[in-house]
Amino acid sequence: MVLSAAERAAVRALWTKLGSNVGVYATEALERTFLAFPTTKTYFPHFDLTPGSAQVKAHGKKVADALTRAVAHLDDLPTALWALSDLHVRQLRVDPVNFKLLGHCLLVTLARHYPGDFSPAMHASLEKFLSHVISALASSYG
Amino acid sequence: MVHFTAEEKAAVVSLWAKVNVELVGGEVLGRLLVVYPWTQRFFDNFGNLSSESAIMGNPKVKAHGKKVLTSFGNAVKHMDDLKDTFAELSELHCDKMHVDPENFKLLGNMILIVLATHFSKEFTPQVQAAWQKLTAAVANALAHRYH
Repeated sequence: MVLSAAERAAVRALWTKLGSNVGVYATEALERTFLAFPTTKTYFPHFDLTPGSAQVKAHGKKVADALTRAVAHLDDLPTALWALSDLHVRQLRVDPVNFKLLGHCLLVTLARHYPGDFSPAMHASLEKFLSHVISALASSYG
Repeated sequence: MVHFTAEEKAAVVSLWAKVNVELVGGEVLGRLLVVYPWTQRFFDNFGNLSSESAIMGNPKVKAHGKKVLTSFGNAVKHMDDLKDTFAELSELHCDKMHVDPENFKLLGNMILIVLATHFSKEFTPQVQAAWQKLTAAVANALAHRYH
């Protein structure tokens, strides 16, 4: 399911609109993930996971930067995200199913903040984009 | 059996009261067919599903979406007894419609996302978590009688 030119344009346009708020939304997505899918908290025993936590905010910024890099490299996600994939596989050893859970919560966050932009077509483009990112992240699992 | 706290039940019931079942149902099913196009396999007789606008405007999609979400309303009324509430529907989806239960999870996620677009203010992380639990439990209940 390759992203079409129209889908890429849609994702890039939305990302431009998000501007400097990507970090805020990624943090909200993380908070939602921890609440909706408590099993994901097992990867963060060293974090303060209470709402407003500085650690979660910092981590949200990291996730946001990675996603922004992904948007800038839609033509070659596996290469662009290789180092992150290696990190998640070898060091963090995160079960890939969790990437989908965060992806879903990111969609919920964006849908909530940009309902007018979140048409079914935009939703489909974002879903595809995220599944490509997840695929690239999971690529080091072999 | 899934246990819902009083807060979770309250979160679900209060948001459900605001839902326009006809409108939201049509949107939920429409988005399922747009975002996960393979789900169209169950709706060959629905006519034109060739584009986003065709799907979202399709009267059969809207009608069926309303039917599905009305049934979901039953879940809200019987949160402590989902397996029995959906026993018959579970058998139907297995024996007559041959629907992979994975699709129930996809539909559940569509419900969440449509609620988020309609109720930005109310759809806090806590409210989402309660609804996430409900849609997962309904998906399990619908899959329970599969054989």
